[in-house]
Amino acid sequence: MLLVPCPNCGPRNATDMNYRGEAHSRPDPDAATKEEWRTYLYLRDNPSGWLRENWYCSSGCRRHFQLERHTLTGELRNPPLPGRKTAGA
Amino acid sequence: MGKSSKLARYSAAGLFWRGIRKQSWPRVWRQPAMKSTYDVVIIGGGVHGLATAFYLASNHGINDVAVVDKAYLGSGGSGRNTAIVRSNYLTPEGVAFYDRSLDLYNSMSADLNINVMFSERGHLTLAHTDSALRTMNWRAEVNKLQDINSSLIAPEEIKKLAPSLDISTDTRYPILGALYHPPGGTIRHDAVVWGYARAADSHGVDLHQQTEVLDILCEGGEGPEGKGAGGRVIGVRTNQGDIHAPVVVNCTAGWASQLSNMAGVRLPITTHPLQAAVTEPTKTFLPTVVVSGSLHVYVSQTDRGELVFGASVDPVATYDQRGTLQFTEELAGHVLELMPGLSKMRLMRQWAGLCDMTPDYSPVMGPTQVDGYFVDVGWGTYGFKAGPVSGEQMAASVANNNLPELIAPFALSRFTEGVLVGEKGAAAVGH
Ligand SMILES: Cc1cc2nc3c(=O)[nH]c(=O)nc-3n(C[C@H](O)[C@H](O)[C@H](O)COP(=O)(O)OP(=O)(O)OC[C@H]3O[C@@H](n4cnc5c(N)ncnc54)[C@H](O)[C@@H]3O)c2cc1C
Ligand SMILES: [Zn+2]
Repeated sequence: MLLVPCPNCGPRNATDMNYRGEAHSRPDPDAATKEEWRTYLYLRDNPSGWLRENWYCSSGCRRHFQLERHTLTGELRNPPLPGRKTAGA
Repeated sequence: MGKSSKLARYSAAGLFWRGIRKQSWPRVWRQPAMKSTYDVVIIGGGVHGLATAFYLASNHGINDVAVVDKAYLGSGGSGRNTAIVRSNYLTPEGVAFYDRSLDLYNSMSADLNINVMFSERGHLTLAHTDSALRTMNWRAEVNKLQDINSSLIAPEEIKKLAPSLDISTDTRYPILGALYHPPGGTIRHDAVVWGYARAADSHGVDLHQQTEVLDILCEGGEGPEGKGAGGRVIGVRTNQGDIHAPVVVNCTAGWASQLSNMAGVRLPITTHPLQAAVTEPTKTFLPTVVVSGSLHVYVSQTDRGELVFGASVDPVATYDQRGTLQFTEELAGHVLELMPGLSKMRLMRQWAGLCDMTPDYSPVMGPTQVDGYFVDVGWGTYGFKAGPVSGEQMAASVANNNLPELIAPFALSRFTEGVLVGEKGAAAVGH
């Protein structure tokens, strides 16, 4: 099973975590056009290769963080980065 | 279609003749040299790509068509699925669409002269909670409005249809009722792939296996290299050379985003594996398809007696098609919850396939913002049953360069317009 390194809890099984998908910067909801907002909501790069993505340590410290993971080989690179504080990324 | 006369017919008499004369069977489709120009290039040799090619040739007389696949025909989801067909979806748009596919499947053995082994055995979706019962009731009502044979039944009736199910009330997930859909069943997926391939070939379509598309060539678009909105497609670059074509159709399911990004068209898709497993054969005891949403499992028994199990997609996006032990463990636990009698059964095989998941569990079909570039993607865990209707409608879409009424709700533009077609309640467990 994929071992996911939480910045607080250390490596934990992926089943202890909540996978939140591709990390993209969120447009300002007050300034964004409908199209920009829906692009952010729905469209994805979905690469076969390196991906920066959001994780949520749901059964542990409940921290959001970001990982760089290779979507074909499962390798990880670079230490995890803190993610957004709000849920629902 | 003059060329269709070349189609060698399969028949019992033919089998007998070849048997006693010890004749071997000829190759079923040609292996033509790749031309440098086609009217239409279809990427992906699964049921969707092959059906689109077949209907382009047979319904619209467009047979200067190439189907290219990076591996072999049926190597994607089309050869890995659990072969379940049904039309008891949740939205009126979904129901009308999948029902047309069942119609085409019903006459397929005769139409394509190949035995697809359609077993119309009935389909049960179990409800273990009040909210699931409510969804089943809702689906039954939507289905009935569109003349689909679909109704809510009680545990006693379920027991009659599938006696091996545990309907006792002291279990963790008691069975409270089920959506019963008699026209649902299973079809031999390989035969569907080969049937469409053979029929398309006989109409003059060129099938190119081991031909990987490396780039989609565009001009005039707003993005780099002329790709993206406002441009048009001019061909594809493959590992076997370039092909010029004014029309390119993306039928690559799990790989759809990779290909679409080559045309500068981002999709609302993430790729997740779906796993399945099959047991050793046993005496047949399970006459229907049984699905449980709460337990994330579904099961049917093949004519050979093997039990075929499927589940929900793995939660983490990946292009890796390996099976996991975690899946096997969870599956076994959930199956025994439903059918305690299976505890001594042994699994023979397990495998995975890539699924192109959309946010609303409905497909993405038709033209895009790049002229001549069409998509037939977003098939998630439910695209096998949709193969025939998708081929028929995509062929019409390409031939007339428009979006036919039956698939209009599934346009890519629904995501920027915010008009989604939510099928999660009918499609979240993969089949
Ligand atoms: C385990 C499992 C069980 C399922 N069960 C069911 C079920 O019971 N009922 C149901 O309706 N659906 C089911 N599905 C879903 C169904 O299998 C798929 O939705 C369907 O097969 C998609 O067909 P397709 O022709 O669009 O794509 P595929 O059959 O996946 O074909 C895509 C093809 O594109 C090719 N390709 C990819 N990249 C390139 C490239 N760069 N160049 C050239 N070719 C390329 C691949 O080699 C592949 O052959 C299941 C799926 C899985 C994995
Ligand atoms: Zn943690």
